[in-house]
Amino acid sequence: MSAVAVRSGRTGGRRSSPMSWRWSDRLALAAAWLAGLSLCLIAAAIVLYMGYRGIQYLRPGMIFERPQASADQAGSGGFLDPLLGTIVVSAVGIAIALPLAVASAVWITEYGHGGRLSRALARVVESSIEIVAGTPDIVIAIFGLAVFQLPLLAPLSFQAEGGGVFGRSFIAAGAMMSLLALPPLYAATRDGLQAVPAHMREAAFALGKTRITTVRRVLMPSVRSNIATGTTLGISRIVGSTAIVLILLGSTLRIETQGAVPVVNLLRGTGSSLTTYVYENSPAGEGAAPEKAYAAAFVLLVLVLALNVVIERLGRGRRDVISSVI
Amino acid sequence: MYADEMVLDRSNASSAKTPAAPATAVTPAMPAAPAMAPPELPVPPVRTIVLDRAPTLVRPVPEREAVRPLSAFAGPERLSLRHVGVSYAGKDAVRSVSLSIHQGEVLALIGPSGCGKTTLLRTLNRLTELTAGASRTGEILLDGEDIHDLVDTTLRARVAMVFQQPNPFPMSIFDNVAFALREQGRKRPARRQLEPLVVDALRRAGLYDEVRDDLDRPALRLSGGQQQRLCIARAIAPRPEVLLMDEPCSALDPISTGVIEELIGELRRDLAVVIVTHNLAQAHRVADKVAFMYLGDLVEYGGVRDVFEDPRAQRTREYVRGAFG
Repeated sequence: MSAVAVRSGRTGGRRSSPMSWRWSDRLALAAAWLAGLSLCLIAAAIVLYMGYRGIQYLRPGMIFERPQASADQAGSGGFLDPLLGTIVVSAVGIAIALPLAVASAVWITEYGHGGRLSRALARVVESSIEIVAGTPDIVIAIFGLAVFQLPLLAPLSFQAEGGGVFGRSFIAAGAMMSLLALPPLYAATRDGLQAVPAHMREAAFALGKTRITTVRRVLMPSVRSNIATGTTLGISRIVGSTAIVLILLGSTLRIETQGAVPVVNLLRGTGSSLTTYVYENSPAGEGAAPEKAYAAAFVLLVLVLALNVVIERLGRGRRDVISSVI
Repeated sequence: MYADEMVLDRSNASSAKTPAAPATAVTPAMPAAPAMAPPELPVPPVRTIVLDRAPTLVRPVPEREAVRPLSAFAGPERLSLRHVGVSYAGKDAVRSVSLSIHQGEVLALIGPSGCGKTTLLRTLNRLTELTAGASRTGEILLDGEDIHDLVDTTLRARVAMVFQQPNPFPMSIFDNVAFALREQGRKRPARRQLEPLVVDALRRAGLYDEVRDDLDRPALRLSGGQQQRLCIARAIAPRPEVLLMDEPCSALDPISTGVIEELIGELRRDLAVVIVTHNLAQAHRVADKVAFMYLGDLVEYGGVRDVFEDPRAQRTREYVRGAFG
């Protein structure tokens, strides 16, 4: 392009060779390399093996066919209902978790500093969310069952003649799934809000705006990408959870609606998800069709990998976010 | 440095270094005159170094008026501070400051870091209330009313503030200025009604010509100087009475700084301007009145020429001459 000579200088000089080091250092270096490479191998093994099996057993029609009960389990039916079940449960879970998480994060960062009472409450809220984050799935599931089997919550599922409440439905599973999605969403939103510099808020106050107006008009738009990242993290946690769906979704192979009102009957109904479908068809479950299990597992893996890609793209940040100011 | 180079050239000529001229703190040691060199060695020619010549300007700097008439637009008193003190959690940040701020004048608060000038500025629109543990003594009157008795949202619409870091909101240019115009708690006025006000504010801030082609562009795409002028437009849109500026140019390049200083000169016709600045040259260029603060006390307050050329306090004299900063 121009006549300027590009200097190709030397980048590195002579370095000490591992042969001259102590044994413990050499061992540590080898262990670090080994760990890194084995992780690559393990990830590759999972993806390649599931890919191989999936392509072997996945017929494109399976995604759109409903599961069928037939003697020839291996060749019949698809997993449309479990796929829809996963989608519905994720949607319900996020719909409940999103407003809760964002509102809590807003409260913690904006109002949790006032007086002694607010600060004490803020500590309690943070600890509560950490407790929920650390609770095992199965414990959440059992708790959910106990809650939704209360007579008060009978309209949310199915109540039998004798008065016993079934307690298992899409809304029950979705509500407990929201507890899974809540901690990552809350953490992402809170970190985004804390990253907004103080002078941005002060500029809004200096214009005569109240704190809540500042939150709604100035802060919320700037944490949109954080909320998106948190939502996607929450969805991947929900999609991968088996325990809650096993216990709280009723384990019917097909989606069975309950009642007559259009959307509500789906929420009150039962079904299954891709994860329970894999379990049921695998050798550990009822087991006659491991091929279907592989196919479903492959679709599940692709779904989660796609979500990871979306998380990464969203997390890279957009051009017009706050962090690009001086 | 080139002088050392030339001295080293002669080190083989004489056994000991002989500084030809008495060394002072300011002038570098000049190389020995050719006449002092031993005759058997050839004298290297004196080189003309480019640094010896005056630097050439890439862009001619517009001439500023050498002397600004003191407060040509002086108007009524807007803010009156009477024995104002501010403390954070028991520690005094500002002690008993009494000042008067008039429309048509620019008051510069100068002083070394930590002297309380930013704290005093933020007290004027009650932003110190955001900090836990801040308490204030004394009176601050805005047009005769104590600012403590005014609703804080109303006060801040009358006393506007521009910050050190340009902080446009993540909205379009139009929405940034319109945000300031939409009143708290009232229905949002239509865009048709807001547009003339927004354009007027942008014009008064000297930004309209640069952004007129697309007001709906995201504000964060503007350059630093333009963003700061947008923040100024946003602050002056609701026609405040006082404009507070906290080191508005410290994050900007010299050209943008010049533009904003000219803007301040024009803005003071309708407003009272209080500017905190670290830059003494800027205070000299921009201000009509200067208040020098040191460790929380107001040491000296007077016209810009009096404080800079004939200060009464010893400390002011030292600060203005650059003895400490």
